[in-house]
Amino acid sequence: MTTQAARTEQPLLSVQDLKIQIQMDNGVMHAVDGVDFDIYKGKTLGLVGESGCGKSLTSRSIISINPKECETTGNIVYHSESEKALNNLNLLSLPPTGKKIRSIRGRKIAMIFQEPMTAFSPMYTIGNQIMEAILIHRTKDKKEAKKIALEMLAKVGISDQEKRFDQYPHEFSGGMRQRAMISMALSCNPELLIADEPTTALDVTIQAQVLELMRELQKELGMAILLVTHDLGIIAQMCDEVAVMYLGKIVEQAPVKEIFYNPKHPYTKGLLKSMPRLGGTKSKRLDSIEGSVPMPIDMPPMCGFYERCKDRIEGVCNTKAVPKTYISDQHSVRCFLYSDQLEGEAQ
Amino acid sequence: MKTLPVFKRQKPAVISPAKTKDANYSSQWRLIYLKFKKHKLARISLVILAVLYTVALFAQFIAPYGLQSYDSKYVNAPPMGLHFIDADGKFHFKPFVYGLKSERDPETMRKMFVADTENRYPIQFFVRGEEYKFLGLIPTSLHLLGVEEPGRIFLLGTDGMGRDMFSRIVLGSQVSLSIPLVGVGISFVIGLFLGGISGYFGGWMDSVIQRIIEIIRSFPTLPLWMALSAAIPPRIPVVTMYLYIVIIFAFIGWTDLARVVRGKFISLKNEDYVVAAKIAGVSDGKIIVKHLLPGFISYLVVATTLAIPGMILAETAMSFLGLGIRSPATSWGVLLQEAQKIENVALYPWKLFPLGIVILTVLTYNFLGDGLRDAADPYKK
Amino acid sequence: MLQYIIKRILLVIPVVILISFVVFYIIQLPPGDYVSSYSAKMSAAGDVMTQAEMDEMRANLGLDRPVYEQYFVWMKKIILHGDFGFSFNFNKPVIDVVGQYMGLTIVVSLVTMLFQYAVAIPIGIYTAVKQYSAGDYFFSGLSFIGMATPNFLLAIILMYLSYTWFGDPLLGLFSNEYVNAPWSMEKVFDLMKHLIIPVIVIGLSSTADLVRIMRGQMLDELNKPNVVTARAKGLSEWSILWKYPTRAALNPIVSTLGWSLSSIFTGATITAIVLNLPIQGPVMYNALLGQDMYLAGSWLLFMALLTVVGTLISDILLAWLDPKIRTEFRGN
Repeated sequence: MTTQAARTEQPLLSVQDLKIQIQMDNGVMHAVDGVDFDIYKGKTLGLVGESGCGKSLTSRSIISINPKECETTGNIVYHSESEKALNNLNLLSLPPTGKKIRSIRGRKIAMIFQEPMTAFSPMYTIGNQIMEAILIHRTKDKKEAKKIALEMLAKVGISDQEKRFDQYPHEFSGGMRQRAMISMALSCNPELLIADEPTTALDVTIQAQVLELMRELQKELGMAILLVTHDLGIIAQMCDEVAVMYLGKIVEQAPVKEIFYNPKHPYTKGLLKSMPRLGGTKSKRLDSIEGSVPMPIDMPPMCGFYERCKDRIEGVCNTKAVPKTYISDQHSVRCFLYSDQLEGEAQ
Repeated sequence: MKTLPVFKRQKPAVISPAKTKDANYSSQWRLIYLKFKKHKLARISLVILAVLYTVALFAQFIAPYGLQSYDSKYVNAPPMGLHFIDADGKFHFKPFVYGLKSERDPETMRKMFVADTENRYPIQFFVRGEEYKFLGLIPTSLHLLGVEEPGRIFLLGTDGMGRDMFSRIVLGSQVSLSIPLVGVGISFVIGLFLGGISGYFGGWMDSVIQRIIEIIRSFPTLPLWMALSAAIPPRIPVVTMYLYIVIIFAFIGWTDLARVVRGKFISLKNEDYVVAAKIAGVSDGKIIVKHLLPGFISYLVVATTLAIPGMILAETAMSFLGLGIRSPATSWGVLLQEAQKIENVALYPWKLFPLGIVILTVLTYNFLGDGLRDAADPYKK
Repeated sequence: MLQYIIKRILLVIPVVILISFVVFYIIQLPPGDYVSSYSAKMSAAGDVMTQAEMDEMRANLGLDRPVYEQYFVWMKKIILHGDFGFSFNFNKPVIDVVGQYMGLTIVVSLVTMLFQYAVAIPIGIYTAVKQYSAGDYFFSGLSFIGMATPNFLLAIILMYLSYTWFGDPLLGLFSNEYVNAPWSMEKVFDLMKHLIIPVIVIGLSSTADLVRIMRGQMLDELNKPNVVTARAKGLSEWSILWKYPTRAALNPIVSTLGWSLSSIFTGATITAIVLNLPIQGPVMYNALLGQDMYLAGSWLLFMALLTVVGTLISDILLAWLDPKIRTEFRGN
């Protein structure tokens, strides 16, 4: 059995055994069911999975902005180098509307969302909404806040900032809005940026621009990024490390190259096969993963992918919870195919 | 030469809703029903309304007395309690009421009624009483309940003329419960027709109809109702009076429905599937019936249901002011006229019973409408 | 913006003209006219009028002419001289009668309006934020009952309660000793006291309505992503609540301001009759019953105008509050 070698570096944020349960009419939904990952300074972690797998809930629980119905347990430990008061802080232990978590939101950990149209309020100007975070976290002086906001707008490549500052979200194009959103999120120099499907609502060309912008700004500001997406293409472009989520669990986690060249979990393999490839053999249809995602309500201990898996082992995969197995130092997978436990039992 | 492939018409697999637990495969109406069933208040309301309307249908049978029968001996008598145990503590299987004797209050010298425990009148079912026509057709004198002469049964007391409140409320429900239905029914037809034309064809017809609606809506409802009601000639047959009032209500009510219909028509007629049907050469009539109506009929039902409480309140108000239903016919509003004087309410609070029924009816219609509205769009969460 | 307003006003004019004619037609509808009801009153008093006398009276009042002619005469006088005709019942010009009651009518209406918004908006916000709490159920239940109770009967119940609790049914708008007294602090205070019941009664159903609208709007807004964004920025819950959902939910509410006034004006009619308030409602009611046609007609016309203008104000407010529409005008 391989064990994980301790990484020498202290992670910026470490999520441990995160569970989110939602009370539904017909039972308790285990939307997120024991998720662990670390995010390191200046690095990008991709969280990839189908819609409904719990990736958004996971990312939002970091700054405690999930709806009230979500019952969240586990630890989310934040290590701040710059501020002693925030070092080694379990974010989940903070009251979700309290002062302390609010001082982290937007300042230390910022977030950008999928739909920039609805993420901005149509009632206020873009400038007003960008200045808000600056006024809470950086300065009380409105003139200075405006100066910072204008600088940020320039930084994300919005020209004619003075005029743009006083415009309403509906006067912006989709790509512009997402740029404005990024400038808003980065206005307080956060250490971690959570990007929840940041380019899903955008055209492909705009998508590339926005991703490029995010990468540049990451280099410049040195922040870590947690990138939530369903698009493996974006993962390949952006990430250092990838966590593949399925039905509330991380089924495979590895450096980006490992995931693409040496996938282990049948789900990851399926995902990769369903991805169009440049220069791939023509006329071949893209593979798709058969079946649909079950609802994680009152599921017995078993592999969530069992029903759809081609390599399933009956009597094993559907009878007990799947443990995490380390393929190498940084590559872990939740699948009985690679588990020593299985071998032990088979003998 | 190649021929185009012909797609054989296949019968779609029938998925019976009962078999599939999964709501994903149910028909729209089934979904609406499922969602409605979840709305507890709406379900209870539906039951209450069913009871109220059944009572109204068989009002003459259920009411122990007729509309005009009065007894000057029993003016402003309080409600009689139903008893099972008599003054001597003896239990009777059949419920009974006591007779009433009038006494004078030693302090105020006001005439008041007290239960006469000497005279016990057991309630009898299916008794002979006043003649009436059952369902307006079969002459009979059978009543659901009554007591033996000279006893009287006033379950909810009597009014200032010694008429039984219970009977009058039951009989009045025929008018009070049917006027809003008929009124809304007429508005529904006009609204659907004009709103449909306006929304589907647009153009000048739309403009004209919209202006008309705008003008009617510019009138403040209540004064307009008052003005129109004042125009009803006095001393006309009950049926004519009823018709006048219904028409007045419908005259104003249809504009709301027409707006709903028009709005829905406009939003639906640009939907892809309607455009596709048009391109395929489907006739206007068929498009309306097959594609448009099913798309919003549920909304119409909701709008109609929600329009009813307003009409009930309006009828009550108009009749209360003497501008609606007038004697000899009666409705809940007419019954409430006696409650106009504060002394009456203070001394004979049972005169507010009709108010309770009005509130109950309006509430149940509101809840029903709410439940239907939630159910009407089963795909919305 | 100005262009939009002008266009709207121009559209209103033909509507107003049509309304005025319809009004005149409606008040003509009741069988008989003022003379016949007057003569009925006279004969009840023992003074029987002859046909000739009645005809002469009709001719004097212009009632013998065809409807459209009467209408034109009436309209001409209104437009040229601001003369709305003569009230037969009050025996003075309509404008004087209206003026006599207008002050108190406006006071009652404005206070009711204030009451409505002041009560409904906080309750609407509260019930939405605390959805499914005991407080939510309480207020929602209350507003359901508020909408289901005919308000004139609520008036009676409140009067009765006030009578049993304070020994004063608070009928009318002033206590007897103040009715004809000159204005003073005591009189204002007395008026305030008497306004409580009418304001509650008149305002209740629309307050209930507003609570439900506000609650629904708030629930919509509270679930919008911009609230999550604001939260992610580190804003406190209170600032979020105030700046985002409340502000957005207020839009449709504020735009009801326009027609709410006219609906209060008219909605107060029955309540005013029951509570014996010296405002326009009962005057109008008596004018209709007594076929005091110019008074009733002017009143109806005034109400319709108020509704039209109210709708106009609402539309303009709505347009002005919506940045999308506002910025469109800024462009030019």
